Amino acid sequence: MYKNDIYEILENKMITKDVYRMILKGDTGYIKFPGQFINIKIDGCFLRRPISISDYDENTLTIIYKIFGKGTEKMSKMKIGEKLNILTGLGNGFDNNLSGKTPLLIAGGVGVPPMYRLCKELLKDGKKPIVVLGFNTKEEIFYENEFKDLGVEVHVSTVDGSYGTKGFVTNIIKELKDYTYYYACGPMPMLKAVYDEAQSDGQLSFEERMGCGFGACMGCSIKTKNGTKRVCKEGPVFRKEEIIW
Amino acid sequence: MVKDLSVNLSGVKLDNPVIPASGTFGFGYEFADFYDINCLGSISLKGTTKDERYGNNLPRIAECERGLINSIGLQNPGIDKVISEELPKIRKVFKKPLIANISGFSIKEYVYNCEKIDKEEQIEIIELNISCPNVNHGGMAFGTSPEAAKEVTEAVKKVTTKPLYVKLTPNVTNIVEIAKACEDGGADGIVLINTLLGMRINLKTGKPVIANKMGGFSGPAIFPVALRMVYQVYDAVKIPIIGVGGIEKAEDVIEMMLAGATAVEVGAANLVNPYACKEIIEDLPRVMGKYKIEKLTDIIGKAH
Repeated sequence: MYKNDIYEILENKMITKDVYRMILKGDTGYIKFPGQFINIKIDGCFLRRPISISDYDENTLTIIYKIFGKGTEKMSKMKIGEKLNILTGLGNGFDNNLSGKTPLLIAGGVGVPPMYRLCKELLKDGKKPIVVLGFNTKEEIFYENEFKDLGVEVHVSTVDGSYGTKGFVTNIIKELKDYTYYYACGPMPMLKAVYDEAQSDGQLSFEERMGCGFGACMGCSIKTKNGTKRVCKEGPVFRKEEIIW
Repeated sequence: MVKDLSVNLSGVKLDNPVIPASGTFGFGYEFADFYDINCLGSISLKGTTKDERYGNNLPRIAECERGLINSIGLQNPGIDKVISEELPKIRKVFKKPLIANISGFSIKEYVYNCEKIDKEEQIEIIELNISCPNVNHGGMAFGTSPEAAKEVTEAVKKVTTKPLYVKLTPNVTNIVEIAKACEDGGADGIVLINTLLGMRINLKTGKPVIANKMGGFSGPAIFPVALRMVYQVYDAVKIPIIGVGGIEKAEDVIEMMLAGATAVEVGAANLVNPYACKEIIEDLPRVMGKYKIEKLTDIIGKAH
């Protein structure tokens, strides 16, 4: 079930270049799994903007977004106390029951946010997640310390080598042996590379341009081994074994 | 005094004139997760072809000023699965008359699909989609020539018993002659308009946003175009018109009916606000009161 409600901005601050964290106050009762998303109405834009949920508690939810176009640009200029019309409870999130003891959480760029809540859920279940984050360059890195504060092992790669391992998340995964499962979220080339490199089963979260965000318009449908699926409804998280590249 | 919102489409009585437009409402039941959809006048179901279709490549959606471009390409499970799987699901949550939206790539396919869907008792109106701009061959091709529009209407009319409404494309030079050709072919009503062919180019990449380059433009921005076409066609045909295009509020429904529509379909608004149809229906009595309208059917075509 979904919820359409008005949420009040409690925080909206830049955490690194062009990347903002927004904390919203309102009903979070319809959010069930890490990896789900919200769809935000922004004045001056026709379509809503889908953004993944990074974390939530009883009455606040946190999103992390990057300025990408007109909608996110407008969001970045919003002030504390302003209100947003939001649909929550959207999408099919990560299944943390399949993780095994030591799952990898692999994320690139704005794929990082949903991994934060997933990491907390896995820790609550007594698992030992290992976090692998990929960015283009040092100044784009965010949430490395937030993950470390959760007490987990964190690896970082940068494409230009300005921080951590030079190259891609797959350069790190190659060196890691004893993981039981993986969860991945990031740009399509990263997801494909992870799919090819990782030795275990896993789940991957996809991003796509959406019309509605709740399964009505078929704007984001992809082909899977189990037939056509909507990224917004059956996804955004898909099992490794059902993906067709 | 209680306002009378009921309308009549070729003998099919609707409690109110508000119908979600095909392609923006799935097979209806997705919206039952938001509210009790039995407040709707009817539902025009997702466009259906003979065979299952994945549709066009992604991206299929582009944002526009006061609207969007879509290039879905008639993704649907095919007529057999629509009948065996989708209709039972919508029937569980919706007890009002349903409209089937039927597409095809040849007259033979239109006839095959319509003959099949005509036998389904929950379908009370067939909407013949000869106006999809997002598929090659067929689709819009039948809706851009008066001869082809008449031919497909006649062929389908022979094998169906339900009211047949033909949905037309605005991407033509003379909408009136196409509408008249459909009426001559035996159509029981006309649905105006499908989307306007449009495109967007991404300034960062310098390439079209939509994978198929072009797509159908809809949303509040096209309301004046849809209204104009309904107005023109109302003068030329005797059969009822369903007005579609950019409707997002109760005032738009009144305006569309004054132009000549007997009922309306709401499309793009559903994607942004899943409660759009419900809110329009709930607001209609207030707007009718404001303009001293007791009975919606009294205002059909009154702008002429």
